[in-house]
Amino acid sequence: MSRRRVEPILWLLFSAGGMAAALLVPMLVFLFGVAFPLGWISAPSHGHLLALARNPATAIVLFGLCVLALFHWAHRFRYTLYDGLQIKHLNGLINVCCYGGAVAGSVVAGIVVFSIP
Amino acid sequence: MSGPPVYTEFHPRWYRKRMGTLWWVHRPSYLLFALRELSCVFVAWFVIFLLLLIHAVGTGKRDYERFLDWAANPWVIAVNIITLLFVVLHAVTWFNLAPKAIVVRTRGSRVPSSFVAGTNYLAWAVVSVVLAWLVLRT
Repeated sequence: MSRRRVEPILWLLFSAGGMAAALLVPMLVFLFGVAFPLGWISAPSHGHLLALARNPATAIVLFGLCVLALFHWAHRFRYTLYDGLQIKHLNGLINVCCYGGAVAGSVVAGIVVFSIP
Repeated sequence: MSGPPVYTEFHPRWYRKRMGTLWWVHRPSYLLFALRELSCVFVAWFVIFLLLLIHAVGTGKRDYERFLDWAANPWVIAVNIITLLFVVLHAVTWFNLAPKAIVVRTRGSRVPSSFVAGTNYLAWAVVSVVLAWLVLRT
């Protein structure tokens, strides 16, 4: 009963997260993960990023990106394990770990993003 | 032919051949599928990385500098380069699939899939430029 009601929502979160990750993550990981650490571009000042992070619009976008990307991971990883590893007897445990991890990560994301002084 | 056929009210179970755990390495298309699915792990890693960055920025200048030093570790850079490759694979496969998921009709005829994919790539470019401008403007 509940499975049938929840499954479309999970697919919706998966799609929204896939779209958000595809649009936003490549540039962000290029800048903060590769270009700044390798010195290709000098990293922005702390004041600039702090002002950016304090902006409510940025906070909402970052929080939304984190939540949707985590549910995208949870749903896809669940099916990766399901298709790839033939461990169907562990389905219940996998679901709890994936979606539970996404919920826990979302809570952490909310605290981190919205608690900037 | 002995006796009447046996019917059950349940759907019969098909015969399914058992697949090896590594079934996805045998063909390039299967391997690409598996790599595409694995990209989600790197999306999750990026969320952790991003939250560490935001936390460091929020805590103070010294924590932000400490984060930059940590991010310059060779292993962190290596993980992030692999992450970049995987998220680009995710983005490209995602946008190429979009025309199959988004069926748009105008005046009774279907909008060509190249247009749907094209607008997705255009959105990707615009969002990336806006992000770079927001982060890099001084």
